[in-house]
Amino acid sequence: MNRTISLRRLRALCHKETLQIIRDPSSNIIAFVLPVLLLFIFGYGINLDSTAVRIGVVLEDTSPEARHFADNLYGSPYLDVTTQLTRSAMEEAMIAEQVRGFIVIPVDFSTKLKRAAGPATPLLVVTDGSAPNTASFVQNYLRGAWHEGLLQRADEQGKAAAPNITLEPRFWFNASAESRNYLIPGSITIIITVIGTLLTSLVVAREWERGTMEALLASPVTRTELLLSKLLPYYVLGIISLFLCVAVAVFILDIPFRGSLLVLWGIGSLFLASCLGMGLLLSTSLRNQFNAAQAALNAAFLPALMLSGFIYEIRSMPTAVQAFTYLVPARYFVTAMQTIFQAGNVWPVLLNSSLFLLMSSVFFIGMTALKTRRGLE
Amino acid sequence: MLHRIVTLVLKELQTLLQDPQSRTILILPVILQLALFPFAATLEVTNNTLAVFNEDNGNESLELIKRFAQAQAFSELHMLYDETEVRDAIDNQQALLVIRFPADFSRQLAAGRGANIQALLDGRRSNSGQIAFGYLQEIIENYSEERDNPANRATPSRLVFRHWFNPNLDYVRHIVPSLVAIITTISTLIVTSLSVAREHEQGTFDQLLVSPLTPNMIMVGKTLPAMLVAISQATIILLAGIFIYHIPFVGSFWLLYASMVFYILALAGFGLLISSICLTQQQSFLGVFSFVMPTILLSGFVAPIENMPVWLQYLDWFNPLTHFIVIVKGVFLKNIGLPLLLHNLWPLMAIAAVTLGAANWLFNRQLD
Amino acid sequence: MVCLESVQKHFKGSAKPALTGFSADIFPGAITGLVGPDGAGKTTLIRLMAGLLTPSAGSIRIQGLDPIADASTLRGMIGYMPQKFGLYEDLTVLENLQLHADLRGLLGEQRSHTFNRLLEFTDLARFTSRFAGKLSGGMKQKLGLACALLGQPRLLLLDEPGVGVDPISRRELWKMVNALADQGIAVIWSTAYLDEAELCQQVLLMNEGQLLFYGRPAELTSRLQDRAFQIRNISGNRRKVLALALCRPDVMDGVIQGHNVRLLLRPHVALPDPREFNAGANAELVPVAPRFEDAFIEALGGGPGGYSELAHRLQPIIDDNDTVVEAVGLTKLFGDFAATDHVNFAVKRGEIFGLLGPNGAGKSTTFRMLCGLLKPTSGNAHVLGIDLKSSASLARQQLGYMAQKFSLYGNLTVKQNLMFFSGIYGLKGRQQQAMVDSMTEVFNFQALLARKTDTLPLGFKQRLALACAVMHGPAILFLDEPTSGVDPVTRREFWTHINGMVEKGVTVIVTTHFMDEAEYCDRIALVFRGQIIAAGTPDQLKAQVATTANPDPTMEDAFITLVQSQPNPDLSNPAPAHKATS
Repeated sequence: MNRTISLRRLRALCHKETLQIIRDPSSNIIAFVLPVLLLFIFGYGINLDSTAVRIGVVLEDTSPEARHFADNLYGSPYLDVTTQLTRSAMEEAMIAEQVRGFIVIPVDFSTKLKRAAGPATPLLVVTDGSAPNTASFVQNYLRGAWHEGLLQRADEQGKAAAPNITLEPRFWFNASAESRNYLIPGSITIIITVIGTLLTSLVVAREWERGTMEALLASPVTRTELLLSKLLPYYVLGIISLFLCVAVAVFILDIPFRGSLLVLWGIGSLFLASCLGMGLLLSTSLRNQFNAAQAALNAAFLPALMLSGFIYEIRSMPTAVQAFTYLVPARYFVTAMQTIFQAGNVWPVLLNSSLFLLMSSVFFIGMTALKTRRGLE
Repeated sequence: MLHRIVTLVLKELQTLLQDPQSRTILILPVILQLALFPFAATLEVTNNTLAVFNEDNGNESLELIKRFAQAQAFSELHMLYDETEVRDAIDNQQALLVIRFPADFSRQLAAGRGANIQALLDGRRSNSGQIAFGYLQEIIENYSEERDNPANRATPSRLVFRHWFNPNLDYVRHIVPSLVAIITTISTLIVTSLSVAREHEQGTFDQLLVSPLTPNMIMVGKTLPAMLVAISQATIILLAGIFIYHIPFVGSFWLLYASMVFYILALAGFGLLISSICLTQQQSFLGVFSFVMPTILLSGFVAPIENMPVWLQYLDWFNPLTHFIVIVKGVFLKNIGLPLLLHNLWPLMAIAAVTLGAANWLFNRQLD
Repeated sequence: MVCLESVQKHFKGSAKPALTGFSADIFPGAITGLVGPDGAGKTTLIRLMAGLLTPSAGSIRIQGLDPIADASTLRGMIGYMPQKFGLYEDLTVLENLQLHADLRGLLGEQRSHTFNRLLEFTDLARFTSRFAGKLSGGMKQKLGLACALLGQPRLLLLDEPGVGVDPISRRELWKMVNALADQGIAVIWSTAYLDEAELCQQVLLMNEGQLLFYGRPAELTSRLQDRAFQIRNISGNRRKVLALALCRPDVMDGVIQGHNVRLLLRPHVALPDPREFNAGANAELVPVAPRFEDAFIEALGGGPGGYSELAHRLQPIIDDNDTVVEAVGLTKLFGDFAATDHVNFAVKRGEIFGLLGPNGAGKSTTFRMLCGLLKPTSGNAHVLGIDLKSSASLARQQLGYMAQKFSLYGNLTVKQNLMFFSGIYGLKGRQQQAMVDSMTEVFNFQALLARKTDTLPLGFKQRLALACAVMHGPAILFLDEPTSGVDPVTRREFWTHINGMVEKGVTVIVTTHFMDEAEYCDRIALVFRGQIIAAGTPDQLKAQVATTANPDPTMEDAFITLVQSQPNPDLSNPAPAHKATS
């Protein structure tokens, strides 16, 4: 077998592949329409910051003290408050998901408050645990508002505030703690994973199905040329859609970008290589477009969404699952993208990611090369 | 008539279940998602790393650090000794959170004044950071309450939290009911849309059209198998949720399955619509994918709907999954009554009527 | 040129070897025909020579080189055209050529020279910017050939280039390949068309992986001297004559040729009296020259006989001599292109009506409108007096349909397909079971019932498709190229069934590319550019083109002459090959 590469043949194959890409509407849809569509969905639809959590206040006690307390809640920018006078009405509202939680100000609130000493009055907060993330936010915001109220009250009464310890949050890179600032760079990873594997998962299988592979195999084309001709054009396509995504993220969705484009290009290339390699591997082994695309979706999309740390915290997963995430290339690119966008070029993080991405692209492309046989058996 | 439809349904089930490869495609995602999602899809913070830069050396700060270290959220504690280390810890994602005690922390407390602690959070992981921050705040609150001299009390009330339907805010209880809805979505669409496209590609659709079957019978013949497959998959997840993940099922099975039928009808309408527009399997695969992604991402499963822009929330009314997730969670966890159920069910019925009607119109026009 | 030495090929997982101990020599400057029924191992042999498969035992030497070990040297010397032509449908004619030229290192002046020569040779020069997918079958075939010829090969491997291609294109291709052989190239041509095989300098006749004959076709044919006859001046029903003849032990094979019946007798038998076949008082037995097809049938042990168990089991349909299918001003426009242009014809009950025509002439479009699969732009197609576009499912109950492409459920078993198709046509319970059992017996499906349809050999797939189309006892049978790619023995069996069913009163409408099959039809409509250019009985059509030079033309002569006599209005814009399914 002739193992050398002829640039002429490679160029001819790439030219052919490019023409096919340009003329195939589905490649164009996958490469240009799908990413932008998905990015908008991620950008607008996936927001973990409960900017105005819908909570309820049950005013069983309608004394001025109780109202005063409730006023603190109304004032909070994080809360969208509904008031009811009975618990049962509020419970119904919570089951119907009109509020995500409520606080009960009991009948004896003002009387107990007036007592100078004695045990503190318990205030019941009920949250809708069926949406746990929102429930934690309800908990945190209510605690914050309550704390604020205490300080204010102490202040008004002229009492020195109790020697309180205050925990002051300060966010680095993302001062307003907007989840979209890291979710969108992360979602670009998911998008590139999907389109990278989807694009190449179809191409080799298509040649087998249409019988053109047989004609190619009977010509003097070598394995390396065949493989490269499937990688290079789709690499260009993938890089274009990566930068398209970044442009949409920065200019339309207003996500700050602090790193350098050159670094993005470098790491993006490594990541694309491993995605394209995975798609090619599936396509080469399955030789059937339909199954290859299905497999690509299961093998690329799900792990990228679930196990990359894009939304879900890897450290909170069981150890076995955590160990598995080390094998998911998207994990490294999520970290790299979040860092490049928000923190800039933090070399220790980026180099570490690049190293793993390099290994995974070598693995996938190498496996594809092994699977690519000259011949029909 | 009935016999012909039974024949169609039987054929569809044979096609789906006989071939090992397509059987795998139906079963593997269910198992994978069932095994992976409940463990992986969590926004809880556990086993994370906390870094502390303590410029103070008093007892108060040491006591607090001890308590932080015992928290569930953190399994590792790093001590930092200067500003650069603080920067590196965050930059290189060595820690989710850095706590910084100022040099006068203990002195301020001893003097009976309030004191500030700084928490530095990684903005790249602000959600986890905020949740962990909440845990720390609770620890500090409890600590100050204990330290407090009751005579000197200025905190006359305290908050008591109760999480209904999910006392420990366990993500599994959110994930598994949602999975019931999501799996139904994917398999209904695949069975309806892709199988029609496959018949188009293999020419068998022509065979059906020249037979005495009417387009309506063909539609029923595609919808029923989808329903059977989707309901069985949903049942598997439901049972796993109850018996493996020990989530109490408090509602009525009848209500759940009745709503599921309407949900599947709504989706089958979408699936048949996609299939009558797309001619090849590749096209309908893309069609299904472009439909499923927004459907799932905007359903409230990944992120709450109330956090979306208002216009998108209105648009989401047309997303059948949004309504169905509310129903499944409602019946599963909250035992919602019929009125509340109907409130979410009628949109499904409306969507089903529109999509099935449109699909029927397109199916009947397909001879052109 | 090529030396095959006891070549064997076993595929993993199959009990029988695909090729057993093959030895033959293939010479340059000649066309070597590779003939044999389905599953004979033709494609395997060609792939072995192309170096795409490795032989399990034995050796192949092409000019002394091994196709696997010396692949890099040999690939430049071999031109290979796979069954589906191996063209990129989304690339233009020129781009396909350029790709293959680049791959084979054909550059510079030599390249443009070769392009010009090949484009002229294949007559594709006008279509260089057309997408390969938009070419007609015949043109695709020529482009495939041009691509295979780019490296100026010494050995040309053609795998069934004629499947699904009309006689005109086949004849053109044959001429081109013949010219190549004259230049000294060794050509290996695998085919199911035995009239083509007859013209080859040598043939390899294969069956089930074994070599039955290797030599000049004439040598094989000459063994059959004085055994081929035609019964002429038949006054009775010629189909019944054929059926009777085929049931006799002294008749090995027989076909209908217009009003005559052609018979091949077994060796050393006395001449039969045509009156014994109810051929009428004037019938006479005239000796004719044997053909390669006769030899082929003999080598495979004779034809299938004249008795159709299938027809026997069907309920007879009362022949009321009604018109059952009628096209009135039938027109279908795709954009401003008329695929079917004001077509009129009527078919009476119990007739076999043939639609013939070159690729892309509009046969399929007409056919699909008749079955109710396409809505006519104007005009009407009536079946049993009912307009099918208004889709009375009652009328469709009376139809049987066999599509051009195999279109049963490939991933279901034979039994499941039978149950499904009988079920959707309303058969149920004991009646359904009885019909499925009946079909199983008629077509010998017993051993195959649990097999997935995809894994069946082509002949069985077609049999199953026929079975599925007739189980509900349709009055009208639509057959769209029912025997495309099927070997002659199976084709004979099909026609025995069709003839038998017609005798029971079934009406058959059929399209075909096999001109010998057209002879079975009672009437033929020749479709060209969407219009019927000639109609009548096979003998009438043949008579139209008879000349003094060719007083007794074949059906193929008639076809070609009639089509080519049409004025050629605009060559640069011939009928695009639109997808029939779109």
